[in-house]
Amino acid sequence: MHLENQAALITGASRGLGAALTRQLGARGVRVAALARHHEPLAEVVAQVRQAGGQAHALVGDIADKTATYRIAGSAAELVGSVDILIHNASTLGPTPLKLLLDTECEDLSEVLEVNLVGPFRLSKAVAGSMALREKGVIVHVSSDAAVQAYPRWGAYSVSKAASDHLARLLAAELGEHGVRVFSVDPGEMDTEMHAAAIPDADRASLSSPDQVAARIVDMLVHVEDIANGARLEATQWPPLS
Amino acid sequence: MATAVLSPASAPRQERSRQRLLLINSPAGAISDHKISDLPRLLAPGDLLVLNDAATLPASLRARTENGDLLELRLAQRNADGFLAVALGSGDWRRPTEERGAPPPLRRGARLEILQPKRNRAAALTATVIGTDPDHIPPRLLALRFDHSAGDLMQALYAAGRPIQYAYLNRPLELWDVQNVFASRPWAFESPSAAGGLSWEVLGELRRRGVALSSVTHAAGISSTGSPFLDRRLPFAEEYEVPEATILKIDAARSRRGRILAVGTTVVRALESAASSGALRAGRGRAEIVVGSDYPLRVVDAVLSGMHEPRTSHFRLLEAFAPSALLERATTLAAELGYHQHEFGDACLVFRTG
Repeated sequence: MHLENQAALITGASRGLGAALTRQLGARGVRVAALARHHEPLAEVVAQVRQAGGQAHALVGDIADKTATYRIAGSAAELVGSVDILIHNASTLGPTPLKLLLDTECEDLSEVLEVNLVGPFRLSKAVAGSMALREKGVIVHVSSDAAVQAYPRWGAYSVSKAASDHLARLLAAELGEHGVRVFSVDPGEMDTEMHAAAIPDADRASLSSPDQVAARIVDMLVHVEDIANGARLEATQWPPLS
Repeated sequence: MATAVLSPASAPRQERSRQRLLLINSPAGAISDHKISDLPRLLAPGDLLVLNDAATLPASLRARTENGDLLELRLAQRNADGFLAVALGSGDWRRPTEERGAPPPLRRGARLEILQPKRNRAAALTATVIGTDPDHIPPRLLALRFDHSAGDLMQALYAAGRPIQYAYLNRPLELWDVQNVFASRPWAFESPSAAGGLSWEVLGELRRRGVALSSVTHAAGISSTGSPFLDRRLPFAEEYEVPEATILKIDAARSRRGRILAVGTTVVRALESAASSGALRAGRGRAEIVVGSDYPLRVVDAVLSGMHEPRTSHFRLLEAFAPSALLERATTLAAELGYHQHEFGDACLVFRTG
């Protein structure tokens, strides 16, 4: 995929991997609608893209809010044009420190599912139909190894990420015939605020930087035609050995 | 001829596939009863379906004047300075537009505070009246400039607005009630509702059968202003964009003798406007043409539309595709069969060629 002049919508864009993706795609000539819940850190990321000569726009909203779905999709399309690349990056761990499943409140599981699964579903529903009509588009689900490994205490987040991976596979199965590509990507362990909240005593030197991981995801987008539709990729294994 | 009475669909659509479809074949003079899910087998491989991909704006805003008077603004047209809006006075969505009270008097320079939906608290949005129509006292048509940068304006409108409502419905509309399943840029002031029955189940089956899909974006305008005088000016000029990819698909369809089907009167207006100087051209424009029985259609062979009663502007557009006697016969039959009209009602597919 030639990235220049494409239009992207990135959720969770104010920090960590989302901010790095916004900066890097902006630098590659992608017009980016960058979504986050809070304006100030987002405005800073958008300003960085613009200072580097790129195009980015700040969108403030919460994907867990059903009533915001069409505001997000419509505002993004107004600002950057019909969306060609949708990156579901926003996610929540739920309450930290992480709890065993039997100590997890049902409401906390619901909230995690809203942010990590139902919100992305709603946003894809509002965005992917236009991609299918135009027979063009890529949807990326940012996953986690917790989607495939059953780590004690990661229950709510794990369940949501496993379901998100499968949502990506199903979207690929249904939209493939309309030229829409979908993949999920496990970024590996990154040095982010979210990682610190989950594992406060981790050795930060052993963690990837969000910029390193974003560069690999951008490269996946460049080579998306070579990726099996619905695939689950690991950033640490990219590029694949040929 | 007795006037057919089509009852309105009184609830937002729950299940797209339940929409009924009346096929009107003008050359054969034939009318037949189907469902929207039959559409793929009513078309032929090589045909091209052109859809309006405009998303529907929350174009209804509540506003307060500097004197504290309340009014409803219905955005009706976008232009370089802002929006043209219709102003409505007392009453809410349950009262038919034509029975709403007159709006409070407003002059050029008047400031309006946009209110949060369902409350009288100010939203973070204000507007200035920069023009008024000279035909009404108080003015019903206002040119507005919103005090917001372009990038933030759309988000502020989404936060403050609601979809334009219809008195014949049994509940107020939410934004998701008025979006088509392939909508993208928010250009439409009311829903391009002809595609309301189209699901991806049907669109996918169309493609699998060799019917191509393509799009235009057309700023579908408002259906009612509350003023008979202004209503006669409808539709207002509407912005449209025809992508180069659609021109290529139309050329390809014609070269294989496929037919060009417009989904909705807005698509007819966009494509015929884009061809009004002769050749069909890609790009943006303003649709100002009035399509009726004597309009020489250059592009479109058939239209999929809602059900419309005689003497409405939509019915007059259908007369470009089929004689009024055939359309009136179809309307009478549709009424007998229990078809519904209005935004969430049933549909007709009118072929002007075989």
